[in-house]
Amino acid sequence: MSDQRACMSLHDALITLHRARRADDVVITSMGAAREWMVLGAGPLDLPLVPSSMGTAPSIGLGIALAQPQRRVIVVNGDGAMLMNLGALVSITAAAPPNLTLILEDNGVYEVTGAQPTPGASSGRIDGADVDFEAIARASGFRAIYHFQDAAQWARDIQRVLDTPGPTFVLLDVSPVPGAVGPRSPGPAPARARELKRVLSLKPE
Amino acid sequence: MFSGAEIASLFVSMGITHVVSIADSTIGQWHPAIERSPDLRLVRVCREGEAWAVAAGLYLGGATPLVLIQCTGLFESGDALRNVLHDWKLPIFSVIGYRSYLNQTTLPGDTCLVFTEPLLDAWRIDYRLIKSPAQLDEIRTHYLACRDASTPGAVVIAEGKA
Repeated sequence: MSDQRACMSLHDALITLHRARRADDVVITSMGAAREWMVLGAGPLDLPLVPSSMGTAPSIGLGIALAQPQRRVIVVNGDGAMLMNLGALVSITAAAPPNLTLILEDNGVYEVTGAQPTPGASSGRIDGADVDFEAIARASGFRAIYHFQDAAQWARDIQRVLDTPGPTFVLLDVSPVPGAVGPRSPGPAPARARELKRVLSLKPE
Repeated sequence: MFSGAEIASLFVSMGITHVVSIADSTIGQWHPAIERSPDLRLVRVCREGEAWAVAAGLYLGGATPLVLIQCTGLFESGDALRNVLHDWKLPIFSVIGYRSYLNQTTLPGDTCLVFTEPLLDAWRIDYRLIKSPAQLDEIRTHYLACRDASTPGAVVIAEGKA
């Protein structure tokens, strides 16, 4: 993402989602989004993906969406993580789960390692041009695609976005969080996995 | 070594619901039968590291997935399987094609033969090597043992050509 483009804060982007999500939605967050989501308050159906293998959040979301077609699954992924697993966009549209929304928060940097530019950001490229994630999503087969730079517009439209039959791709231009650190797991991962599996086995309200 | 119909029937008998896979020249011959089975869903992914994460999501969501990849894909997918199998301790089972095992003249010096089994040991995956058609039922036996113990496991199926 270019430094010159208008954007929203990660906090504003996520608090809007936190308010708009339904209690029976599954929300998977990675890296910086996971850190912020845990501050906002993660529910029993949420998976802050910590510890992670970077880039796998959309793939885990795809699996849950296929296993639980009656639930909405929302994945919040960063641009660095997305670049690490771009093929996931194609795998998602190949399986085409209508209940999956992938939100890409693009800040142009590897935030938790010191804000180094990604190869997709203008500042990390010889040609000085941002990689176009919207175009990548479209070329990967997404038909429902949204792009927001403004927090107020995102807040106005989020219900419509989440209600759109998916798979849905949402690009949010966000600003890096200065001095941000990596997320910490809120507890032992195996126990968290068992609990999530248990809660997911319950019928949605 | 096995027909697609045999493999699909085996997976159904194991209670598998989703097969997360990338084809190789052996595994790809099984895909049509897996797709035809009303009890199985084939989930195609673009790289093998994805397969472990998709399988993890399926497992968390209550499905019974299996990862079906070639050993080269095992090499590719190290960090993803580390996270799924060892950080989160999800008991994902995999079926891994062992390239060149039965025909070592196709790719002389194929290093798949050097690295496949040591890597499975390094990743602490309890595996069985399937070298003949008579071992078909050994796949189910090992799967059931791993399932009952809630541990990850694999079978490595010898392939006849690269």
